[in-house]
Amino acid sequence: MTYTGAAVELPPWRRKHLLGMEGLNREEIRLLLDTAASLREVNRRDIKKVPTLRGKTVINLFFENSTRTRTSFELAGKRMSADVINISASASSVTKGETLLDTVANLQAMNPDVVVIRHPESGAQAFVARHIDASVVNAGDGRHEHPTQALLDLLTIEDHLPQLGYGSLEGITVAICGDVLHSRVARSNAFALRTMGAHVRLVGPPTLMPAYAEEALGARVYHSMAAGLAGADVVMVLRLQRERMSSAYLPSVREYFTFWGLDQARLACAAPHAIVMHPGPINRGVEIASDIADHPQRSVILNQVSNGLAVRMAVLYRLCLGGQGKVT
Amino acid sequence: MPEREAILLPDQVQHLITTLAQQVYHDMVRSEGEWVIVGIRSGGAVVARLLRAELARLQGRSWPIGFLDITFYRDDLDTVGPNPVVEATDLSMDIDDKKIILIDDVLYTGRTIRAALNALFDFGRPESVDLVVLVDRGGHRQLPIQPHYAGLTIDTSRWERIKLVERGEEGVAVVRYRHSNPVVRA
Amino acid sequence: MNLHIAGGRVIDPATGLDATADILIMDGLIRAIGQPNRLDIPQGVERMDADGLIVAPGLVDMHVHLREPGYEYKETIAGGSQAAAAGGVTAMAAMPNTRPVVDDVSIVGYILQQAQRAGLARVYPIGAITQGLQGEQITEMGLLQQAGCVAFSDDGRAVMNSAVMRRALDYSRAFDALIIQHAEDSHLAGHGCMHEGVISSRLGLPGIPAVAEESLVERDIRLVQLTGGRYHVAHISTSGAVAAVAQAQQQGLPVSCEVAPHHFALTDVAVAEYDTRAKMSPPLRSEPHRQATLEGLARGIITVIATDHAPHDADSKDIEFCQAANGVVGLETLLPVALELIRDGVLDWRRCLAAMTCNPARLLGIQSGVLAVGGAADLVLFDPQERWVVDADKLHGTSRNTCFHGRQVQGRVKMTLLAGRLVYRDS
Repeated sequence: MTYTGAAVELPPWRRKHLLGMEGLNREEIRLLLDTAASLREVNRRDIKKVPTLRGKTVINLFFENSTRTRTSFELAGKRMSADVINISASASSVTKGETLLDTVANLQAMNPDVVVIRHPESGAQAFVARHIDASVVNAGDGRHEHPTQALLDLLTIEDHLPQLGYGSLEGITVAICGDVLHSRVARSNAFALRTMGAHVRLVGPPTLMPAYAEEALGARVYHSMAAGLAGADVVMVLRLQRERMSSAYLPSVREYFTFWGLDQARLACAAPHAIVMHPGPINRGVEIASDIADHPQRSVILNQVSNGLAVRMAVLYRLCLGGQGKVT
Repeated sequence: MPEREAILLPDQVQHLITTLAQQVYHDMVRSEGEWVIVGIRSGGAVVARLLRAELARLQGRSWPIGFLDITFYRDDLDTVGPNPVVEATDLSMDIDDKKIILIDDVLYTGRTIRAALNALFDFGRPESVDLVVLVDRGGHRQLPIQPHYAGLTIDTSRWERIKLVERGEEGVAVVRYRHSNPVVRA
Repeated sequence: MNLHIAGGRVIDPATGLDATADILIMDGLIRAIGQPNRLDIPQGVERMDADGLIVAPGLVDMHVHLREPGYEYKETIAGGSQAAAAGGVTAMAAMPNTRPVVDDVSIVGYILQQAQRAGLARVYPIGAITQGLQGEQITEMGLLQQAGCVAFSDDGRAVMNSAVMRRALDYSRAFDALIIQHAEDSHLAGHGCMHEGVISSRLGLPGIPAVAEESLVERDIRLVQLTGGRYHVAHISTSGAVAAVAQAQQQGLPVSCEVAPHHFALTDVAVAEYDTRAKMSPPLRSEPHRQATLEGLARGIITVIATDHAPHDADSKDIEFCQAANGVVGLETLLPVALELIRDGVLDWRRCLAAMTCNPARLLGIQSGVLAVGGAADLVLFDPQERWVVDADKLHGTSRNTCFHGRQVQGRVKMTLLAGRLVYRDS
């Protein structure tokens, strides 16, 4: 038999690493989303496993605790039949005496095909990618990027396009609310959404906005929830870390929830069909009210989790494909 | 660009499908059992749809149809190149104890059928699987796989690629591409 | 060694000399400078053909870190002196953030002794403004100056406490000492590790706003107004700070500043791949700030080019960006990168070389950076035409952390003379 191409020929995936959404073009994002959409079917089967990555080794190297993301990558690898190894490492390498470079050299000796890394420092994965033969997947680096989260968010929005009254991501309005400054989820989503033609708004207190956010992230910045949410199709709520209170970014949780928490009244400013997303884990009563987080029509938070698995399978698959001609 | 030549025009393809449908009707679906038609994406899916429509005309009933994408079951991950097109597998029916008619457009090395059988058995335990192909390239088999029915058996070389091509309202044609090097994958 | 340097283009910014001339060097001193073939050359003097080369006073770099004592794994005084010689630098002022800090005369003596032993460049220690660089108690400036310190600085960090800075500026007047400030408000800088701007926001790296430098320079200028102390801004990097210095100079205040080559040659774009070689303090700024430093040079507000040569071992640089050490080496790229200012029409030959010779020497009060008959024969001979590519692996000294690796440059040091002795020759 022959492979007679599909109706639309997509350009090939040639990247060795997935370090961020910034710099990916529309076709590359489309390819990952389409692959993920196809893979969702595998996750609905009784036998949730395909032999695709048999013999491949995936190492999950996590310098930060994150049961969700690590489990999602682990399951993704296993459902594709890869051998998955989890390594928890300490980021306080200096005190331990072992540098990130030492850790990388040790990994290299195991000859993995893909290394999935979460690290508290922005750019750590880019650094590792320069020193290792394996493909590197960024599972979150500091406040920089978390590309698979953006992909699963895009896939989730696409699932709801009929409800939102759109045919594609082009032209939809997404309000990303909260602590944008410290959020890798916000950066990855802003880059990806903008590439796909969506309008991105960043909503939050001025102290939690990156410098030159509009120029840097291609978004419009609002400091009032009412204005920022007005007519938005998607409301993406970011997690607020409690330690922000102690470092003069914010006076108190009470003040934050009063002005930037998402409750029914605020959500009423958005489009009537608007959906609510959150990367998890949720701080109920801090950035989002419980009745919205659990709202059956509005909240799509659980769809996000299941799409996360398919997206990570798609990423592992694309990165493991034929080695020739790949660029880093 | 490879040299190309149509070896089956749309009306010839339709004629072969009609012949295949008659054989399948007489020897298979007329007999006892619950039959399920499964097309291998993407060419086999096209043939499966056409065959099922023809069978429905002959028998006055439609058998369930499903589609397999075998991309994730291929055995050539490292050489497949960066861009296989992945379409969803759609086997919504229960296939346990069913009689499967597995359909592909072109049979060549047999590796695709191997992948399809593996994929199929991840969904259940069918009573039987029969293989129907539109074109059998003969002579190149790398696995012990033979079709029950082939619309056309032709001699080909490794320098050639045989493809099903959709031509809008005209229907589908089968085209031969001659390359300057052996075609490694098929 | 007695030498007759013949036929070079001799530029001495201090006297305004720019002509083809011969120089006679005897017993380590310049004996004569004169028109070609007009000098009376005694028997036995070796002739050195300098045709096509520029002959200038040995360069003076008023801002280097030699890391000794305490961080010899990064650099030693001997290694730093080798790099200086290879860069045409014959005199350099070494910052006091060693271990122990240069806040005691005994350490000054040690540094001078080590420099003497290396014998490749003149090293002038800079003393700390405050004991242990702690920003609290001022040092024995008088005694330190007597021991050989040419200026005072807590470089690496700012003197944050306004009252301490006031006292330092005030007290320094007793000895006419120069106070050099690393102007960066530590609270505004926070944990920042690059310039705060569009790129830091894209990379998700905590930024250091330009105002961290600008506000401290403005505060310090107020204190200069109050005290009359001589004040020098180290490695100026922001448009606001340049403007503040310009205004202070217009008012006649004793305020000067220097710029590092990386700050006028590069921007924060160099960080874009989390390249720790482009990490330094103050950080590489955005293009408007770079333009402001060029304008500051052109208008004569910035009168000194100094490298902030800061060697680091690979282990301090080959790590996560935020954890990586600040600083780049610069002695060997100083001249060619500075010459880009001439190519680009920012400075002429005389002013460009002045910024690396007589200007810093005058600020420090040292007898270097001039071609004086009867003075020490500290000279650099360089080929202004030769193109080369900066290669980190070919640098002298202990560390390799240059931000100019791979840069195509023009102008190459061919020979460096220290007191008439050949301390470097390009092979």
